[in-house]
Amino acid sequence: MDIRPEKTAIEVHNLTASYNRKPVLWDIDFSLPQGQLIGIVGPNGSGKTTLLRNMMGLMKPDSGYVNMFGKKLDEVRERVSYVPQRETVDWDFPANVMDVVMMGRYRKSNLFKRLTKKDKDIATEALEKVNMLPYANRQISQLSGGQQQRVFIARSLAQQADLYLMDEPFVGVDAATEESILTLLSEMKKEGKTVVIVHHDLQTAYEYFDWIVLLNTRLVASGPKQEVFETELLQEAYGGRLTVLSRIGDLMAKKDFPMRESEFKEKEGPGDEGAS
Amino acid sequence: MKELLEFLSFSNPNVRVVTFGTMFIGMSAAMVGSFAFLRKRSLIGDAIAHAILPGIAISFMVTQSKSPYILMFGALISGWAAMLLIEAITKHSKLKPDTAIGLVLSVFFGVGILLLTHIQHSGAGNQAGLDQFLFGKAASMTKDDLVAYSVVASILLATVFLLFKEFKLMSFNAEFAQISGLPVKSLQFVLSSITVLAIATGIQAVGVVLMAALIITPAAAARSWTENLVKMLFIAGFAGMLSGFVGSYISFTAPNMPTGPWIVMSLSAIAVISLVFAPKRGLWSKMKRQRENREKILTENILKAIYHLSERRAADFPVIDEEDLQEIRQFNSDELKKGLRLLKKRFLILRQAEGFRLSEEGLTEAKRVVRLHRLWEMYLTQRMRLKADHIHPNAETIEHIISPEIEEELLRELGYPDKDPHESPIPYK
Amino acid sequence: MVGDAISHAVLPGIVIAFLISGSRGNFVMLAGAAAIGVLTTILIEILHKKANLQEDASIGVTFTSLFAFGVILISSFTGQVDLDQECVLYGEIAYVPLDPILLGNGTNIGPRALWISGTVLLIIIIALVKGYKGLALTTFNADYAKALGISTAFWHFGFMGLVSLTTVVSFESVGAILVVALLIAPPATAYLLTESLKKMLWLTALLGILTAVGGYYLALILDGSIAGAMATFAGVLFAGAWGWTKVTRRTKVIEDGGVVNPG
Repeated sequence: MDIRPEKTAIEVHNLTASYNRKPVLWDIDFSLPQGQLIGIVGPNGSGKTTLLRNMMGLMKPDSGYVNMFGKKLDEVRERVSYVPQRETVDWDFPANVMDVVMMGRYRKSNLFKRLTKKDKDIATEALEKVNMLPYANRQISQLSGGQQQRVFIARSLAQQADLYLMDEPFVGVDAATEESILTLLSEMKKEGKTVVIVHHDLQTAYEYFDWIVLLNTRLVASGPKQEVFETELLQEAYGGRLTVLSRIGDLMAKKDFPMRESEFKEKEGPGDEGAS
Repeated sequence: MKELLEFLSFSNPNVRVVTFGTMFIGMSAAMVGSFAFLRKRSLIGDAIAHAILPGIAISFMVTQSKSPYILMFGALISGWAAMLLIEAITKHSKLKPDTAIGLVLSVFFGVGILLLTHIQHSGAGNQAGLDQFLFGKAASMTKDDLVAYSVVASILLATVFLLFKEFKLMSFNAEFAQISGLPVKSLQFVLSSITVLAIATGIQAVGVVLMAALIITPAAAARSWTENLVKMLFIAGFAGMLSGFVGSYISFTAPNMPTGPWIVMSLSAIAVISLVFAPKRGLWSKMKRQRENREKILTENILKAIYHLSERRAADFPVIDEEDLQEIRQFNSDELKKGLRLLKKRFLILRQAEGFRLSEEGLTEAKRVVRLHRLWEMYLTQRMRLKADHIHPNAETIEHIISPEIEEELLRELGYPDKDPHESPIPYK
Repeated sequence: MVGDAISHAVLPGIVIAFLISGSRGNFVMLAGAAAIGVLTTILIEILHKKANLQEDASIGVTFTSLFAFGVILISSFTGQVDLDQECVLYGEIAYVPLDPILLGNGTNIGPRALWISGTVLLIIIIALVKGYKGLALTTFNADYAKALGISTAFWHFGFMGLVSLTTVVSFESVGAILVVALLIAPPATAYLLTESLKKMLWLTALLGILTAVGGYYLALILDGSIAGAMATFAGVLFAGAWGWTKVTRRTKVIEDGGVVNPG
């Protein structure tokens, strides 16, 4: 199932991506609506994070493309914000909470200039929104997992974007953090922001999100949660891998096989539609 | 040529000592280096090599003796201390392992240099020769040294041979080794000891700085040839010996040339050759594999296009030419010519008066490709929920890699369908 | 460890530049050596990514090969290169005053090495002040920087260029290996003592000066190599700081009634 929204925030078109030459995402094709809370849901190893990294241009897909607000990411970077997984950085880095949140104000254009008073105000406000203002001068090495997550989200809020992509923000956080993130999400929704969240827990997905993308190497479903939460679809997403698919993936990695023929043939035109 | 023969005859006792000495050293370092490599701790070898210097200086200051055994003893102790210190810093401070390695390496080395220069300046008579440890003086190796090296090499070989299974398990997965009841701590102690021993011996040939190469490079070279640890150890050991041999030969023919750096250069050459030319894991074979993939894709696409033509003309063996094929699919014309040549060579197509046609085998092969294409399209629509208008590009690539076993599985899963999603018949044998 | 690798790998660059230009320590040579430093990181990357060699081994193979090549070059052109092997290893800082820059009228304006390292210091201070945000961001969280549209490759290679520059300048004074001590020990010490990046940078600079002065007097007392003594002193400072953090943390634990802060 692939339901198309009226107003599109993100369009993923025929996206195929591999990791260490092993295909992880096969022809993913869907569109996400504006102004909703969206969960990208699937079991471990289903390619959720890879999908998000491809959306943010952190990985090059083998084929396909991603558009945001109908444009290439580079044209709308200011409107898009990314929250990486908490474990991907070294929290022993010598910085305090405010230093990290201020990074949300960094731009290509002001990297060599001083940040302004206004930047500081925006960062302060962002910290307040995640209930972390009392910790503004705390060293990041002294934060709990949940607090680290909230700092990351505050940094992202400081970007004042319209579209937020978060990678597993609910993993390993305490109840207070979860509560505070959820409140924040509903506020963001009221303000018309779009939030896309990679989430592995099926139990809570229905409760948290409006729109759900079910993913397991291929797209199983994308649509409003009421329509996507069907036993058949859920079973398909969580009911184990497709053996043929994973065997082909192994074979391709072993034989250095290209994901796409066009990897070699540049001059050739588009495929032979209708010839078969 | 005359030089080579003279070298190989080993009539010169000095040549004999140097060549065998460096070969023993190269082999010993390569064997222990393989384990360090597999445990992804290659650079610790570098740190130990540098850290040995203060041990040598101190044992000389204490005993005023240059006996290789006494110096070696000091070297062992400071090498060991460095290793423990790296572990302690990593464990008990927030520094990362590579910082700890760099810190210990450079500070120990600094202490060593300070002590060595102190000895030199205080004019303690017979200090000459201590700075050989910096760059190694393989060329001035004595018969006693050779005996010492062969003893070390034998100890290493015996240890590795006796504890091979344990070391293997530990290098592969230390946690699992612990769970399965191996005395991991003691084993690590033994492995570390022989590593320090091999390094302490080796720096006399190539010196402190280049010792890392003797540890790391043979293992890096050997890894590209094999997946088997025993073979890897043998290949690494052989590479180490070979480089010792080549290095000695070069400094024999050009006495100005330092042996140590030439040993390292020949090791690097071996490593580069291995990384490029080794079967399977090498770059060249990877490129060859990719070229074969490319040719397979190209020829199969041509066969598929010919089959489409025969479907269109409702004939099994229509005579066609390049233009006909271009109508079906936009081939790059150079590529198309190349593909046709490859097909002719395999007698899958036969030349005719006006163009060419498929052979019997060619038809079977073409049917196979089209069948796989259409089966894969079925799979994409049915199992992967792709819409029919989206599936072409994907089916295009995957059909070329589907093996007979996977085809069988596909058929079973799809229930031997007759038609593909575009309602075209699926050709069976 | 990449700093270590670069410091060794610039040797052939220095020798070749010396053979071409016929003198040490001109600015062309600095630029060339900085480029070679960047080339080293690229080589390591190629071995790691293209040839599938694990990272630690890629580093080891690259720098030992380049260093061996440099030593061979020195041996091949002994007559023409005023570099000996010992100098490569531990520098000859004591001879620095013997090589002054003389102006056209013969006025001595101070040692050449002093002028060159002063210039490089200036370059580095400017680069750190101007690039503070970019360096901090790309070091802490490269993915996030990329998501902001900031080129991490630019910052990575720019930074490696600075490391190479520093290394080359320090090379003739303290040698290839001891420069590693100066690159690693003061910041590692500062890192233990503070949790603010700005304070850490100031503290590192202070520790660097302390290391130089302390090392000099240590060398005087022991009558040994100044560079070696500097590395030793840097190690002593680190040991002191490490011990101090251990002691203070322990007392803090007791004061807090056994509650330890995470991290």
